[in-house]
Amino acid sequence: MERIKIVGFACNWCCYAGADLAGTSHLKYAPEMRLIRVLCSGRIDPKFILEAFKMGADGVFIGLCHPGDCHYQQGNLKTIKRVMLLKKYLKQLGIEEDRVYLGFVSASEGEVFQKKVNEFVERIKSLGPLNWR
Amino acid sequence: MAEIRIGVYVCHCGTNIAGVVDVLKVVEEIKKMKNVVVCRNYLYMCSDPGQELIKKDIREYNLNRVVVASCSPRMHEITFRKAIKEAGLNPYLLEMANIREQDSWVTEDKEEATKKAISLVRIAVLRASLLEELYEKEVKVIKRALVIGGGISGIQASLDIAEAGYEVYLVEKEPSIGGHMAQLEKTFPTLDCAACILTPKMVEVSQNPNIKLMTYCEIEDISGFVGNFKVKIKKKAKYVSWEKCISCLLCQEKCPKKVPSEFEGSVGFRKAIYIPFAQAVPNKPVIDSESCIYFQTGRCRVCEKICPTKAINFDDKEEYEEVDFGAIVIATGYDEFDPRLKPEFGYGRYKEVLTGLEFERILNAGGPTFGEIKINGKVPKSIVFIHCVGSRDEMVGNPYCSRVCCMYIAKQAYLVKERLPDCKITVFYIDVRAFGKGFEEFYTRVKDSGVIYRRGSPSEIYKRGDKLIVRSEDTILGEMVEEEADLVVLGTGLVPRKETLELAKKLKLSLSPDNFLLEAHPKLRPIDSNIDGVYLCGCCQGPKDIPDSVAQAKGAASSVIALFNKGVVTVEPIQAYVREEYCSGCHICEGLCPYLALEFDKEKKVMRVNTALCRGCGVCPSACPSGAIVMRHYTDEQIEVQIGGLLWKE
Repeated sequence: MERIKIVGFACNWCCYAGADLAGTSHLKYAPEMRLIRVLCSGRIDPKFILEAFKMGADGVFIGLCHPGDCHYQQGNLKTIKRVMLLKKYLKQLGIEEDRVYLGFVSASEGEVFQKKVNEFVERIKSLGPLNWR
Repeated sequence: MAEIRIGVYVCHCGTNIAGVVDVLKVVEEIKKMKNVVVCRNYLYMCSDPGQELIKKDIREYNLNRVVVASCSPRMHEITFRKAIKEAGLNPYLLEMANIREQDSWVTEDKEEATKKAISLVRIAVLRASLLEELYEKEVKVIKRALVIGGGISGIQASLDIAEAGYEVYLVEKEPSIGGHMAQLEKTFPTLDCAACILTPKMVEVSQNPNIKLMTYCEIEDISGFVGNFKVKIKKKAKYVSWEKCISCLLCQEKCPKKVPSEFEGSVGFRKAIYIPFAQAVPNKPVIDSESCIYFQTGRCRVCEKICPTKAINFDDKEEYEEVDFGAIVIATGYDEFDPRLKPEFGYGRYKEVLTGLEFERILNAGGPTFGEIKINGKVPKSIVFIHCVGSRDEMVGNPYCSRVCCMYIAKQAYLVKERLPDCKITVFYIDVRAFGKGFEEFYTRVKDSGVIYRRGSPSEIYKRGDKLIVRSEDTILGEMVEEEADLVVLGTGLVPRKETLELAKKLKLSLSPDNFLLEAHPKLRPIDSNIDGVYLCGCCQGPKDIPDSVAQAKGAASSVIALFNKGVVTVEPIQAYVREEYCSGCHICEGLCPYLALEFDKEKKVMRVNTALCRGCGVCPSACPSGAIVMRHYTDEQIEVQIGGLLWKE
């Protein structure tokens, strides 16, 4: 089977810290998950997500703070809205909307990060590689 | 632009990384990459020789970008930025690949871990080649500190900061400072009288000219950043002019309304106009409008009639004060676990079942029984203490140890034995954690005094006649036992305060899984919070005893003093800027900025970023339709090259 490719984004204050906590707690998860660190999920321009698919990603994971917890007040809320809108376009482009995932992970949720990553990777594996160009 | 020359350093971190990731393979792969001039591996990159290695290479190979593949950047980014700065490079020309927390520690398969490491180092190298020099700005620090919470931690922190010559606002929500320590009778293991060591400090606070004491106040709102916090403080309506009040307390004496007291718990009461306890600082009363007869029915006003200085003012309103601070110390303490959540113990149903703090009040000479151990007016012949009520208990969601209960129960049992030598005292425990200085010796002394320790966690308390029966397994005898008692004291644990959680939301402070406030690093930064300039001390960060709280408070105070002595903070230059030639002046970005940092230049008809306000979240560049806004250090190109790197054909 062709190996699936995933692009992960994580905000510095919640999800990236949660991922680090998963690390210090030695919680194992799927090695396909690789994170790009941004300060706030609000930096994740929807065009990055499209670009990831264009360049061969099979899934895009966005790790962000729980609503109300954003270090920058409401960057995460902006991301939620943008991704919701983007998903509608993805469908029209023939990309299953499940290939983009918003994972709410706080700095103290190492286990939640592990669980969400594994679930997401499993889901992408069951969807199979995206053949989109 | 000059030629890009990158040095890449892959850390073994002992066996933490090298035990899982094939470091040599990573080096071999990365060496093939464009712009990589030198790629090395070393046992501990963060060590002195490790850093020296980088500095030497920068000079020797004329490197202008550095990639360190090691632990999380949250751990050592600052270390390595400093190192390359010392070698003459701009600190922002560093990029880190997190191959420990996000690879070697979380990946089962060694081959997969190596692949992931190569991928993570590769995107770091790609990003590094696009990094630009950035320059930090210095901002002046307002040399005034805010301490939130007036328990022993807040008191100590305030005194230390004030002693160093800086102004402190100590904000406490209750009418008096003192916190839980003021409720205690004696302190373990030395049996010092709590009031004798606390009250002089409380008085010191009220007399220190550098401390502005704001009791009966709450934090309404906080914004800003290290060096420049803006805080809105709510002064609750007291209905008593403290300037006029002479603390005669006639009002408290004559007030006809009795209500349960926050200070005494279920064993005592207070009036509707009250000071929480006799040694309160400030020693001035407030009216609790929710229980005051006048506020509820429109009649009474006894206090107003009796007051010799006409200090009562029923028209008092809450007020707000806005103050700027350079640093904040959080010392909001803990709440006692509510044993009603363990209904099998009958707390709330049986008057003879008390919490640890309530029994502390019974023992206290200033308490409702004046220190006589009596329950329902009678001297108890047998007392049972129960360990770990609401701690180490998954059923109530508190898996942690509260750290003080073992010792306060030992202390209380010992104090009872001293005063009532014939009283039978039984302690049910899971295990006894006497870990501190002098604790084990004290515990041995308590056992030798005739207190019976039985290992077992009681399952139920019920009444038979006028006696309470505590049912438990004795896990040493391996059988069920029933212990008769006139009084049961629950070793209630410490839980996070609801108010602290609200404060955490306002300040965006992170919480640990147990809901206490999270320190910046569990080992190396136990006092810093995740927000620069906000420090934690005492039980808001996790259960601790008095000496530990005081130690942490002194630590928090010295962090504040160090910041104030330095007088300036460097502001990260990671901010957005507008490329004027691309900006169409559409205003889409304007409403998105949570800090109102985007301002419209009416003359040029373009947006501008106010660098004093921008915090670098990157919400605006992601929305700009013409790509006019650039987020420094997280530019579109820098992120896109990482996306491409992750999708590299292996």
